[in-house]
Amino acid sequence: MLIGVPRESRPGETRVAATPKTVEQLIGLGYTVAVESDAGAASSFTDDAYRAAGAAIVSGQEAWAAEIVFHVNAPSDDEIAMLSDGATLVSLLSPALTPELVDKLATRDVTAMAMDAVPRISRAQSLDVLSSMANIAGYRAVIEAANVFGRFFTGQVTAAGKVPPAKVLVAGVGVAGLAAIGTASSLGAVVRATDPRPEVADQVKSLGGEYMPIESPEVEVSATGYAKEMGDDYKAREAKMYAEQTKDVDIIITTALIPGKPAPRLITGDMVAAMKPGSVIVDMAAANGGNVEGSRPGEVVVTDNDVTIIGYTDLAGRLPAQASQLYGTNLVNLMKLMTPGKDGQLVLDWDDVVQRSMTVARHREKTWPPPPVQVSAVPAAAKPAAVAVKEEKVPAGPGRRYTLVGIGAIVLLLITAAAPATLAVNITVFVLAIVIGYYVIGHVHHALHTPLMSITNAISGIIIVGALLQIGKGDTIVTILAFVATLLASINIFGGFAVTRRMLGMFQR
Amino acid sequence: MTMESVATAAYLVAALLFIMSLAGLSKHESAKSGIWYGIAGMVIAVLATIGLAFSRDITTVGAILMLIAIVVGAGIGLWRARVVQMTGMPELIALLHSFVGLAAVLVGWAGYYTVEAIGSGQTEIANDLLGIHHGEVIVGVFIGAVTFTGSIVAYLKLSAKISSSPMMLPGKNFLNIGALVLFVALTVWFVITPNIGILVAGTVLALLLGWHLVASIGGGDMPVVVSMLNSYSGWAAAASGFLLGNNLLIVTGALVGSSGAYLSYIMCAAMNRSFISVIAGGFGIEAPASGDVDYGEHHEISAEETADLLKEASSVIITPGYGMAVAQAQYPVAEITRQLREKGVNVRFGIHPVAGRLPGHMNVLLAEAKVPYDIVLEMDEINDDFPNTDVVLVIGANDTVNPAAEDDPTSPIAGMPVLRVWEAKNVIVFKRSMAVGYAGVQNPLFFKDNSSMLFGDAKERVEDILRAM
Repeated sequence: MLIGVPRESRPGETRVAATPKTVEQLIGLGYTVAVESDAGAASSFTDDAYRAAGAAIVSGQEAWAAEIVFHVNAPSDDEIAMLSDGATLVSLLSPALTPELVDKLATRDVTAMAMDAVPRISRAQSLDVLSSMANIAGYRAVIEAANVFGRFFTGQVTAAGKVPPAKVLVAGVGVAGLAAIGTASSLGAVVRATDPRPEVADQVKSLGGEYMPIESPEVEVSATGYAKEMGDDYKAREAKMYAEQTKDVDIIITTALIPGKPAPRLITGDMVAAMKPGSVIVDMAAANGGNVEGSRPGEVVVTDNDVTIIGYTDLAGRLPAQASQLYGTNLVNLMKLMTPGKDGQLVLDWDDVVQRSMTVARHREKTWPPPPVQVSAVPAAAKPAAVAVKEEKVPAGPGRRYTLVGIGAIVLLLITAAAPATLAVNITVFVLAIVIGYYVIGHVHHALHTPLMSITNAISGIIIVGALLQIGKGDTIVTILAFVATLLASINIFGGFAVTRRMLGMFQR
Repeated sequence: MTMESVATAAYLVAALLFIMSLAGLSKHESAKSGIWYGIAGMVIAVLATIGLAFSRDITTVGAILMLIAIVVGAGIGLWRARVVQMTGMPELIALLHSFVGLAAVLVGWAGYYTVEAIGSGQTEIANDLLGIHHGEVIVGVFIGAVTFTGSIVAYLKLSAKISSSPMMLPGKNFLNIGALVLFVALTVWFVITPNIGILVAGTVLALLLGWHLVASIGGGDMPVVVSMLNSYSGWAAAASGFLLGNNLLIVTGALVGSSGAYLSYIMCAAMNRSFISVIAGGFGIEAPASGDVDYGEHHEISAEETADLLKEASSVIITPGYGMAVAQAQYPVAEITRQLREKGVNVRFGIHPVAGRLPGHMNVLLAEAKVPYDIVLEMDEINDDFPNTDVVLVIGANDTVNPAAEDDPTSPIAGMPVLRVWEAKNVIVFKRSMAVGYAGVQNPLFFKDNSSMLFGDAKERVEDILRAM
């Protein structure tokens, strides 16, 4: 089947739905690909590069008329009209926010699949455009902030004085938030992050940030993988925390989005007014109403107290080549899923929860919203019980320990006391040597287990001493036995030391 | 200053050198000097003993035999040590353990022939100590014989000459305990009336017990078994020391015995298993979980795609297992590591405590291939880093990366700490086929969405990746 990749018509859009690399992959799945002339120009992909990858360069009309159309932005009315009957359109459609677009698509005999409606299950991660774009946007948000911010991110002590590190607050720890945390902390900033879902604390920490929990009974593990709108008690506590933080931090990056609802208002005008001059806020939710009072979508606002509020809505598009590559790969992964035969034939599997969830319109019928998908991020309830059972084993208690030591001591005392003098000396030596052996290897490095074992093996060849003392005592049988024992022990000693030496010779830093 | 007192002094020095040797071996920095301490100790001990033997009127024939035995033994030992493959190390060590065991048996028997066989005419031992000598003979022979057959079985299993699956005789615990009780009875009998028949019976019993003990332990527990046999060989030497009244043997045997036992204990703790149940061969007892669970489908990946993933990764962790040793893949793996590190990729190795067939097996192989040891980390050091890792290469490991150990309480390996590789973004599993691992447990990792299978011989596949890079 033919895949058409038209140029994006939305002003300012820099991305493209296929790159030369993904074109190759699509052709590998058995498809033919037609790319509109100059479609990749804004992402620095030339027509020649597409041609070299095996795509045909066509007009926009032809690209829209293909059996499968890959697009980044939702199509305009004109573009919907250009789709041929029976075609499949794969694009960002935001069906929850623009139901009228879904209605329009349902008037045509086309299958429309929304790349931004991928369910959040781990199997579908490879097609999740929201994740891949949010990752880029989070990175870019930090870069934009750094661009405006008049200081270093990292703390330094220089001959010209000490520079404190920038303090960054990330509100909302989704993919974008995590990307922002990682980028900011790798630039050297002190990063704090907050999110209603307590399960993200470890993720924040892993990227070098500090998680600031909001203590509230409403806080709970999310079942869908997305944050939900919180109640009043939570909001009051949250506002208090933000009020404190805004006075302290230099840069705020807000990423809080709730699916299908306007973005929550996290930072009020008063908080912005309380910030230090020169501070920067990046409101990544500006397109959906904004987390910050006073932010304007697509614009940079500088407040009276010299706080810059960046409301860009095209953060991902500001890294066009990267964004196109990731988006294109998401599409390739969708095609892999929908092309079971790898023969270039698209098969829509209605029983597959991923494909069902993404399809918003089919055969002149609106199929949005899809049945809900349970993600169940953490089976939190089951774990405490298991821990409780385990703990019962632990308390061996000091009492039992002392009893055991006591019994051991008494037994040893009785045995040694009852033994003849020479044996008692032997036992003394024996017991003390056991203790030494235990302590000597107590802290052995794990990598040295094998050499240690082979050297103890060589040393246990010390039994040769016994055999040597028995050899040549006159008795033939004894001499023969001792001879064989000496031979075996010698093999052990020489072999053991030599092999240990060989092994250790190889360890190097 | 008699030869006796010189020898006693030399033994003290040798014992201290052995202690320093073991202490030296616990750190990389001092490991090499540790060997030299050990060798010096051994040389001093052997020379002092030879001196002692001459001062005790050794026969000329005996002296010649002694030299022949040492020279021939040295030749064989050095030759084996030079030609052994690093992957064959577990077998060699097991075989060497068996030599110590056999030597202990022979020393015990020789002790019998120097004292008990002569009867009341013997002049070696004071009469009031005779009973103790009898006991020492049979105990020494017993420990030696258990070590001998146990190590032989371990050797056969490790070199795949016999099946590594546990032998399941009915009532095996009863057999083990019965053998011990019988041995105690034989010892008492032998102490009262020493005769060759009882000694033979005791030896045979011990040989059978050693065989059965190790034969009923599954292949997955082999690292513990090898280390345990190491401990046994120490105890065998110590028992010979009691028999001969030689303090150096006692000290050295006890050192080796307790350090080996502690090493086995560390390993059992790492596997979250009870030491006793491993020794008693308890691993295979639990019924395997229902085998018909549908785990879904696995994905395949090509060497070229893997190479692409690696090139784009910023952080890579390699978790090798016994399969890497079998395929001798450590050299190409080291080469990939080198190339990726030159590109600035953070490559590290995550080693499970029981990866391979003896403790530290993987470290030795990687060291052989000149992987710097500061990027080879143990499980606890690296387990929290998997979520930030782009690609994990699982090379010939299976049970040590099995999520069922954490998720499935009915799994036979439940509770065993494992490398949480599945938390990484991509997991590439090198495997010959979809067959189960040593523990005989299916691995749900293979069916996870972020894991892909790269089938075939590990070495060839790794080399393919190298070419593609």
